[in-house]
Amino acid sequence: MSKEFITVDGVHVELNGEKNLLEVVRKAGIDLPTFCYHSELSVFGACRMCVCEVEGRGLQATCSTPPSNGMVIKTNTDKTMRIRRMALELLLSNHCGDCPSCSKNGNCRLQTLAQRLGVTKVRFPKPQFSHEIDDQSASLVRDSGKCILCGDCVRMCKEVQGIGVLDFVGRGWDAKISTAFGKSLADVECVLCGQCATCCPTGAITVKSEIDKAWKAIYDTKKTVVVQVAPAVRAALADHYGVQSGELAMGKLVAALRRLGFDRIYDTSFAADLTTVEEGTEFLGRLASGERLPQFTSCCPAWVKYAEQFHPSLLNNLSSCKSPQQMFSSLAKKHLPETLGVEAENMVVISIMPCTAKKFEAARPEFAENGVPDTDIVLTSQEVIRMMDEGGIQFNELAPESLDMPFGIKTGAGVIFGATGGVAEAVLRLATLGADRTSRKIEFHEVRGMEGIREAEVMVGDKNVRLAVVNGLANAKELVAKVESGESSYDIIEVMSCRGGCIGGAGQPLPNDMAARERRRKLIYECDSLQNLRNAADNPYVQEAYTKWLQSPNSHVAHELLHTAYRHRRRLSGQVIDVQESTNVDAQKVCIKVCVGTGCYTKGAYNTLHKLMARAEKKGYTDRLEIKASFCFENCGGGPSVEVDGNLHSDVTPDSVDKFLKEVVEPKLGLGKQLVNH
Amino acid sequence: MTQAVLDRPTGQERSFVRVQEIIQECGASESALIPILQRIQDEYRYLPEEILSYVATVLDISPATVCGVATFYAQFSLVPKGKHVVRVCDGTACHVRDNRALIESVRKRLKITGKQITSDDNMYTLEIVNCIGACALAPAVVVDEQVHGQMTGEKILKLFNQIDAKDKEAEK
Ligand code: SF4
Ligand code: SF4
Ligand code: FES
Repeated sequence: MSKEFITVDGVHVELNGEKNLLEVVRKAGIDLPTFCYHSELSVFGACRMCVCEVEGRGLQATCSTPPSNGMVIKTNTDKTMRIRRMALELLLSNHCGDCPSCSKNGNCRLQTLAQRLGVTKVRFPKPQFSHEIDDQSASLVRDSGKCILCGDCVRMCKEVQGIGVLDFVGRGWDAKISTAFGKSLADVECVLCGQCATCCPTGAITVKSEIDKAWKAIYDTKKTVVVQVAPAVRAALADHYGVQSGELAMGKLVAALRRLGFDRIYDTSFAADLTTVEEGTEFLGRLASGERLPQFTSCCPAWVKYAEQFHPSLLNNLSSCKSPQQMFSSLAKKHLPETLGVEAENMVVISIMPCTAKKFEAARPEFAENGVPDTDIVLTSQEVIRMMDEGGIQFNELAPESLDMPFGIKTGAGVIFGATGGVAEAVLRLATLGADRTSRKIEFHEVRGMEGIREAEVMVGDKNVRLAVVNGLANAKELVAKVESGESSYDIIEVMSCRGGCIGGAGQPLPNDMAARERRRKLIYECDSLQNLRNAADNPYVQEAYTKWLQSPNSHVAHELLHTAYRHRRRLSGQVIDVQESTNVDAQKVCIKVCVGTGCYTKGAYNTLHKLMARAEKKGYTDRLEIKASFCFENCGGGPSVEVDGNLHSDVTPDSVDKFLKEVVEPKLGLGKQLVNH
Repeated sequence: MTQAVLDRPTGQERSFVRVQEIIQECGASESALIPILQRIQDEYRYLPEEILSYVATVLDISPATVCGVATFYAQFSLVPKGKHVVRVCDGTACHVRDNRALIESVRKRLKITGKQITSDDNMYTLEIVNCIGACALAPAVVVDEQVHGQMTGEKILKLFNQIDAKDKEAEK
């Protein structure tokens, strides 16, 4: 086949399957500005920044124009520049412009492009606009005053995460990006993965900062500040500062943290090794008994929340293991005070994570003891970089230092938790070890990679284990549908919400695109191959933790400290529909709420409601019932759920409505047996 | 928006059962969303938040998407509407014929202030709309889908009185 070319500003550029002109232009070395274009998302074509002149066709938005052989295009003309500047001016005129105090300052595309294109003044008057700020969730802050309506977050949540928490509402001047009914992210189905924030070009969606809390703990001389650093953080820092290896970046980070005033510095990879041992043991147990398979991993809190909201029937299949962050904190809060000789109430546990959802996880009530969270503060990589900046730390100048003991020892298995496929590989290394511990297979390249869904088969003992590794929740959704329909079947499934795994977490420094994630992925595996120990079972301090505190993997003590349970979770806060009001003012009434949330709806809750009304009518006590339809009592496993005067009843199927009325409702109405069966 | 929905009048029995019927008749798929919303609005006279969530549940789409569609089209309202909808045309022809005075007398008669569009007794909703194509009759008003031309403050008050009287009659 002969080669195809187009001409960009007089230069021949070969076509190589690029989907749009924009990609070709960028390949030609011209960084066309864009707001609404992301290679991983569908093309929106709204920002107009990427316009070029195409010979014979005039001005075209290159992001939505397919390239064809012989095209001649000019990127830099009077017209294209005028359009870009005009578009920018319009955006700026409708923007709050609080740059100096914005957490995106210096990382904001609106800022950069205004500067790059020389927009120095805005000729349009600023209209009145509202700053609606949502800072109610544990992880993210939304500020409508900084939104430029590029729609990137909408498409990210819908296309990559398969959820669709955000959408455009209203139109024309009133158009804005909103959750359902303008609720807070804390009150909707958002899983707090923060991927929307990774693609927001401005400061309209940012990571919620806990920097002030961290400084406060550090400045308090009574407090001993213990910090754990997650595996993916070292890869991002290495990439961000241009340090050759993740190990080196980690060493420099340790030095920096000591200078900033953190007292003890540990590695979450140690806890990841512990997770591997607990989760691997759990898996081998399930594999032997054939129960609760496939086993889903549970170290990604965004995935856990997603499963709690969308797949109540799968919760039993999730590993009961806490995530490495929470295993670390439980262990630290319980045993470190004694080891370090400090009062428990004077120890603060901070974690440094690639992830916004970890902030939500740390705040889950089940991870607190007497109201005190196991993990006191969660800082993202972004926040730790800012703290280093605030403290004047010159990262590149620092000599690396080593971690503290005992939780500073890790194996390579604990490090790869940071990349998609890592947890699966860590478990495989352990599971294939065999009772005599002779098998020493370390690298399982079949589970590595960046594809959204990967499958592999590996012999574990005499069993052929089928694995799936998925990243991105839309991919998880697709996979789960196949598992539920029986189209696919697996023994173990690793799910990470972020594309690429935690290396692409929303707490990581920007740019956080697929190219950055790929670089970080390489760094993580390099880090792994440098370790002497690469099987979690070989971690000497994990072994010691069992001897000293935990007895054996999955023992009773280990369960108490390192495992957890999940719960059904509603997607939207507080809504009830009045279906029928009681008209009888004299007699005692009964209030019945039938759940029509998804879990119950799919189990026939609407028919339950309908039949309930019909039977009550027939029996002649409709006027004494107040009937409401409600959304999710967080009892989805026991659906259809019905609440009667505040008491929850499970499994009220259409078939059991008669029995339910007779046994639960009628006694409350003071109706005796005589009424029944008529 | 949320506030208005929460404050919605009690004592107006709405037929939730109809919602399920409507969804079934239109087909429970995303492509039927607009007709479903239209018919629910006919039923409730507006789109209550909880009902939109229910529609999202049944159609298996995100509530934000349903909300987006419901707020995009001018025909939908997320706040309760009165029993009678009064649309005053604000097209150019009506505008130059002093529809401002007309709007003012309607607002006064219905005792609505600020951003309020529905009277406290939930009987009337006032909407200011773009050209309704009755320019020859300017200023024009549409009351419950019926066009009334060459309106004056006086004429419209008379119209309200007639409607009120008819409602009273029907109540008996
Ligand atoms: S945090 Fe994740 S789930 Fe929530 S709105 Fe953003 S992308 Fe969607
Ligand atoms: S994949 Fe990792 S970074 Fe992303 S939400 Fe899950 S735990 Fe957080
Ligand atoms: S859907 Fe959750 S309890 Fe009904």
